[in-house]
Amino acid sequence: MRRAWGQAWLFILPAFVFLLAFTHIPVVQTLIDSFWSTAKGRRPARFVGLENYAHMMADPIFAKAMINSAIYGAITIPASVGLSLVMALFVHRRFRGVGLMRVAFFTPTVLPLIAVANIWLFFYAPGFGLIAQLRDLVGLAPVNLVGQPATALYAVAAVTVWKEAGFFMIFYLAALQTIPEPLREAAAIEGCRPWTFFRRVTWPLIMPTTLFVSVNAVIGAFRLVDHVYVMTRGGPDNASQLLLYYIYEVGFRFWDTAYASALTMVLVAILTVVGIGQFFAADRKVHYK
Amino acid sequence: MMIAPDNNPADAAVTLDGVGRSFDAAVALSDINLTFAPQRFTALLGPSGCGKSTLLRLVAGLDRPTKGRVLIGARDVTDAPPVARDLSMVFQSYALFPHLTVRDNILFGLSVRRVPRADQDARLARVAGMMGLDTLLARKPAQLSGGQQQRVALARAVISERPICLMDEPLSNLDAKLRAEMRLELRALQQRLGLTVIYVTHDQVEAMTMADRIVLLNAGRVEQEGTPEDIYRHPATTFVARFIGTPPMNLIPADSLHRAGAALPPEAVSGTLVGLRPEEIMLGDHGTPADLDSVEFLGADLLITARVGGAPVVIRRPAHLPRPSGRLHLTWPADALHLFDAATFRRIAFTPAPLPAVPLLQPS
Repeated sequence: MRRAWGQAWLFILPAFVFLLAFTHIPVVQTLIDSFWSTAKGRRPARFVGLENYAHMMADPIFAKAMINSAIYGAITIPASVGLSLVMALFVHRRFRGVGLMRVAFFTPTVLPLIAVANIWLFFYAPGFGLIAQLRDLVGLAPVNLVGQPATALYAVAAVTVWKEAGFFMIFYLAALQTIPEPLREAAAIEGCRPWTFFRRVTWPLIMPTTLFVSVNAVIGAFRLVDHVYVMTRGGPDNASQLLLYYIYEVGFRFWDTAYASALTMVLVAILTVVGIGQFFAADRKVHYK
Repeated sequence: MMIAPDNNPADAAVTLDGVGRSFDAAVALSDINLTFAPQRFTALLGPSGCGKSTLLRLVAGLDRPTKGRVLIGARDVTDAPPVARDLSMVFQSYALFPHLTVRDNILFGLSVRRVPRADQDARLARVAGMMGLDTLLARKPAQLSGGQQQRVALARAVISERPICLMDEPLSNLDAKLRAEMRLELRALQQRLGLTVIYVTHDQVEAMTMADRIVLLNAGRVEQEGTPEDIYRHPATTFVARFIGTPPMNLIPADSLHRAGAALPPEAVSGTLVGLRPEEIMLGDHGTPADLDSVEFLGADLLITARVGGAPVVIRRPAHLPRPSGRLHLTWPADALHLFDAATFRRIAFTPAPLPAVPLLQPS
């Protein structure tokens, strides 16, 4: 018994060490740092208790970043998951050029987000960009989508959806291919229409994938900010400011690492609650083989 | 309970009129003309790749023929979707929905077609009782044994109360004992409900024991059609002769038998094959001489391999009789002899000699 325990620990040791060193210890260290002030010059860090959190509550940019992150998540999560499912259903068939279609849908995923952001900057470019030309074609007034506060956040969100949907499509496609064809045929003999089949058979059977994909979409919504850096830098006037990008700015541009630690704890708390909540809420509805 | 007893039973006949199905260059079925009689059990029998499953899918509407017409009753359903054909189907893999309980699996079709709730419950109670599934209704398919899953698949077909039921090798995933039980049950169910069953199988025992009629397919064509007895007694081709019966019928060149001095009908000229079933050849003190090769013990029977005029021949004989040794003498009833053309492989009709040349039974 004792021997078995020892062996078990040996087997999980490599994963355990890395998880501890690069995830759990940094989280604990960040939590500790968030109760201290930022060390500046010769003045060492001192314990300030909840001062950083109090500052956060009064910080209008933090409030703006939280609201933006909520809107951003509310758009990108359902849009990328929904779009990926539609694309997967579309290419989960046999027709000429289906391979090309799948590659086309998946391509945004393999491109680095920085490159994607640059492509979209061209799309959005006022005057000669793709969108400007399309608007010109139908006689609409030119508009700078990334450059104006009213649309900057949505312009950034569109890029995320474009990039994430192709990735999620792969998971949905794999899930669809595990559904045996005789199920569809048995349903067809019973007079089941495609939409009813999707609702009553396909959707429940791909629920584990939906859970997995939506957890990833939530994490991605908070984690993917590279394109914000390239496209808007959170501007104009914090219109596209997101929580993680704000953490980056506070920590690495203003070097207020203590306040950045406090902000990070908020992000960790949100992701933990959402992640655990999704698993518990969805677990009862999910059919695992 | 008869299914749809007030309808005209002839509506449950299935007719294939010159049906063909090709996949690109490959021809899966060609020129099939068949009628599946209403309220009868017809087995589509053949080796794998003979087109029997394709034929069933054409009847089901899961596939379309490239030539010919499919009729149900007098109605042309060649281009009709599966649901418009008023039939049920049992799949080889059972095709149960893994996320639904037994109850929901059985009721799936009724609820999709919006049959009233009370009607659903009444039919479920009746079918679940008939199939012995009452205590399993709350389970998921993964919690059932293979035999129980098979019953659920059958229940789903039966509850639809459709007059035609298609079955695609439904017993092939069961163990031998369960298969034997289910054969009896399936046959009883078909007779009780008056179903028109089209049953695809590669197992001659299933076809022989359950079917009213057998359609034997080979390489996309109908090789022979008839009652099990018909097909066993009068195989139309050498393929049928060898496919039905275990071990298969001996096909011995007439020349070899002549060389051994066997008495044959005058039609057995050079270039014909003489067919003799292993179970109909007897050993005695007189008769056609043969050299013993080997003896296999099968429990109830012995399989004896011997040579007649150089050609191999298999003989089946009850194991309680003494083991043969040395030189054998073979006899057979005159009407046990079949003749085939060695070039076309087709049966040659002939009149058996009224009296066998040697005594029929010899105590050995």
